[in-house]
Amino acid sequence: MSQGVDVVGLYVRDQDEALAFYVEKLGFRVHTDVRNGDYRWLTVQHPDQPSFQLGLFKPGPPIHDAATAQALEAVVAKGATPPLVLTVDDCRAAYGQMSARGVEFTQEPMDRYGTVDAGFRDPSGNGWKMIQARR
Amino acid sequence: MSGPRLTSQDPRLLRRLLRAKDRIDAASHEAWPVRRLARVSGVSEAHFARSFKEAFGLPPHRYLLTRRVERAMAMLRDTGLSITQIAFETGWESLGTFGRTFRDITGESPSAIRVRAREEAHELDRVPGCVVSAAHRPDLNIAVSEKRRLLAGVMEGAAETEVP
Repeated sequence: MSQGVDVVGLYVRDQDEALAFYVEKLGFRVHTDVRNGDYRWLTVQHPDQPSFQLGLFKPGPPIHDAATAQALEAVVAKGATPPLVLTVDDCRAAYGQMSARGVEFTQEPMDRYGTVDAGFRDPSGNGWKMIQARR
Repeated sequence: MSGPRLTSQDPRLLRRLLRAKDRIDAASHEAWPVRRLARVSGVSEAHFARSFKEAFGLPPHRYLLTRRVERAMAMLRDTGLSITQIAFETGWESLGTFGRTFRDITGESPSAIRVRAREEAHELDRVPGCVVSAAHRPDLNIAVSEKRRLLAGVMEGAAETEVP
């Protein structure tokens, strides 16, 4: 595939913390981690999805002034960012593994709409729905 | 009421307040006294309600009521449970309080909502559940008690308190 969505970014409060969360707790891989002064371009990737990168970006200079950066962090910390959906083969199994690694679940797995879903947040406040793939 | 303004709250505090909001979302049928919520957020009881309101635009108790009404609406729509059963399952201790609060927030009685919801065709099974519930969340931007007073005009001697 040569055309399509390549990177979608999240705002995170701390890139090291986000990296540890997405890699160690969720099993993602680092795709790109480069710095230019204070700026750090950091993306991770789901192991089964090589054509898509999830960016983990910290609001701040040189892109944002201090007040804007704080407002963006506040929006994330209030859980006001758009929905994110992670598809898994087995929601209950994934919930068990991720809970054991310390992921903060906001909703335990429940049967709904013919499948199973759960909810969790990353340390910054970005909220994920984890939905079992329909077979 | 003051209009929206940019928050000056520390994002770390907001993240902890969000944890209390998440806990209400996960178990809105439970009792959520300020002491319990403040403990979840690691904030003093004295500061919790004000901080929560500043962060999310309404006090924690009112937020809890919206979540209960939202769940009750979903159960009216999606289940065959009686209105009494729904009232108790969603956390109200009396049917009277449930009916009154429900009407105050939605403008309709539980039975009227049930009839109407079933008449409307839904195509919601392609949207994640959390999004559906957020979209159906009743917009409660004034206190139930204020709303009641506005509707009733001046009710003399009626010192009503909200006890969900």
